[in-house]
Amino acid sequence: MTEKENVLTREFEIKGKDFSRAGNISSKIKEILQETGISNSIIRRAAIATYEAELNVVMYANKGILYFTLDPDSIRLKIDDEGRGIKDISLAMKEGYSTATEEYREMGFGAGMGLPNIKKNADKFKISSILGKGTTLEIFFFLNNSGAS
Amino acid sequence: MTLKEIIRLLQAEIICGESHIDDNIEFAGGSDLMSDVLAFAKPGILLITGLSNSQSVRTADIIEAKAIVYVRGKKPDPEGIKLAKKKDIPILLTDLMMYTACGLLYSHNLSGVYSESDKKS
Repeated sequence: MTEKENVLTREFEIKGKDFSRAGNISSKIKEILQETGISNSIIRRAAIATYEAELNVVMYANKGILYFTLDPDSIRLKIDDEGRGIKDISLAMKEGYSTATEEYREMGFGAGMGLPNIKKNADKFKISSILGKGTTLEIFFFLNNSGAS
Repeated sequence: MTLKEIIRLLQAEIICGESHIDDNIEFAGGSDLMSDVLAFAKPGILLITGLSNSQSVRTADIIEAKAIVYVRGKKPDPEGIKLAKKKDIPILLTDLMMYTACGLLYSHNLSGVYSESDKKS
């Protein structure tokens, strides 16, 4: 953890296929945010988006890193993964579209809601991907206006 | 509706979070699909599910569910129970099927969660 000029940054590693640990990082981020006095609705949106992003790395990538930055104006999450990448991003953003395995569906996930749900909860969302290399998500929450609710 | 009334209606057993037995529950949602739960749930929801892996508890924590009801005689795995205890989320177990459990609660005026498309129709 580094702290300078009211900026808090942290890095978390996410292991692919390690379903039992999915959600640990969102819990930690939620705890960090709860100590800051940020409004509950923003914390909740950030926790849901982080969890969805973690699950995506677990289900579709070999590994990933989640970079968390908190400054007085925003919460920024960047998730860089190494994996197969996304062939058609506009398709992946459609609710209900999924390439999840049957195994993950039986575990209650992979319904093609993850990326749309991240976008819905975020104030700003960027996604880029290189096929065969990996995917990068950038998720922003702004603290000084109401933003999405 | 209090958790105590829910336990009575569903002939359920409470296995953790007993101190919340008098807490009031205002609405509920049922699904085995956590992807959907993450997309529709609202804070304070009673989550009714038949998915018994630890991610069901994790999801309940993330969405700030008030309690979880496992239907069809399902029971969360030990890891899930440990997490529920740590996060202080009450867990109820019932042998009833999903439809019956939901129907009983709904017919006793426990409201559902409405999506944007429900409102339009």
